[in-house]
Order: sequence, then C-alpha cells, then structure tokens
Amino acid sequence: MQLARVVGDVVSTMKDANFAGIPLLVVQPIDASGAPIGRPLVALDSVGAGVGEHVFFVKGKEASFPFHPTEPPSDASIIGIVDHWDVEPSGAEG
Amino acid sequence: MLIGRVVGTVVATQKNEKLEGAKLLLVQPLALDGQPRGTAVLAIDSAGAGVGERVLLVQEGRAAGEALGKKAAAVDAAIVGIVDTVDYRDEP
Repeated sequence: MQLARVVGDVVSTMKDANFAGIPLLVVQPIDASGAPIGRPLVALDSVGAGVGEHVFFVKGKEASFPFHPTEPPSDASIIGIVDHWDVEPSGAEG
Repeated sequence: MLIGRVVGTVVATQKNEKLEGAKLLLVQPLALDGQPRGTAVLAIDSAGAGVGERVLLVQEGRAAGEALGKKAAAVDAAIVGIVDTVDYRDEP
C-alpha cells in the first residue's frame, strides 16, 4: 500500500461493465514527507475520496478485492482516506 | 491504471488460443499533460476503443485476464475504458 494525494478525476462512459458506478480518481503517490514521488496514476475509489485528500491505495491483483463480489479489472484502488500521519524524527505530517 | 492513446491496431492470426477473439491495440502511455511517456504497449481491448482515442490502461495480469473474461489467459495489459475527460488539479 502507498500514500498518495488525489489530484484529479476521470470521466469514462464507455468502459468495462464491472466498472459501472465506481469513481475513477487520479492519484499522485507521495513519500512520508508528503512530497510527490513517481508518476500519477488512475485508481478506483472504494471509500468516497475527493480531490485534495490524502489517501492510501493498493496496487496489483488485490485492487479488485474491495468491490467483491464484483471483479473490476483494475490494478490500483483507493482503500482509505488518511486523517493524519506522523513520521519520526522530523514529524512531517500531511 | 494509466491513461494512454491508441496509436495502432495489431492483427495476429497465429496466437495463443486464450487470445482468440481478442482485439489487440497498440497503446502509448501519456503523462497528464498529454505528452507520450515510455514505450507503447500491446493491450487487449474490452471497451471498444479505436485509434486516436484516450483510454484507461491496466498493466496487471489478473486485471487484464478479467477484462478478457478468461481465466489464466496470457495477457498483462488491457484497455478497460475510454476516457471522456480528465480533470487534473496540481495544487497542494
């Protein structure tokens, strides 16, 4: 799992049937200090996140698990909204 | 998932039997500003995409197999949606 910030959303009408009703969000992975690392990606949202929020997401085949028994063909899903986090010793918080 | 642009079609008569009936497209991954990023990949299409369209690309084996609707298919990339719009805001 990885920390990220939601930076956008994607609208798609023609899509796999198992994606119906599931929001698509653009997430920018971040490091423990909140700085962006790597490239942004599109993830399914299982928790009702919005643009600007800090979230964590899972990559890989487990990305379809939050939507069980539906199996959307996704490789990334947001599974939590971060309230806050603390890092020792600098105490960086998002 | 990544956003990419369909840049070509691929036809293959001789292929793994699990891929029979699958539509193969060549997809160029894009950065969010629309610039090409990385090398183009070959993906099966489950969304009815065409050349020139922006699409949602998964690059993970199980997801691609689900998109194809077959278990244990030898695929690792699939188009799962056609992008209408992307709303991207880069402020903290």
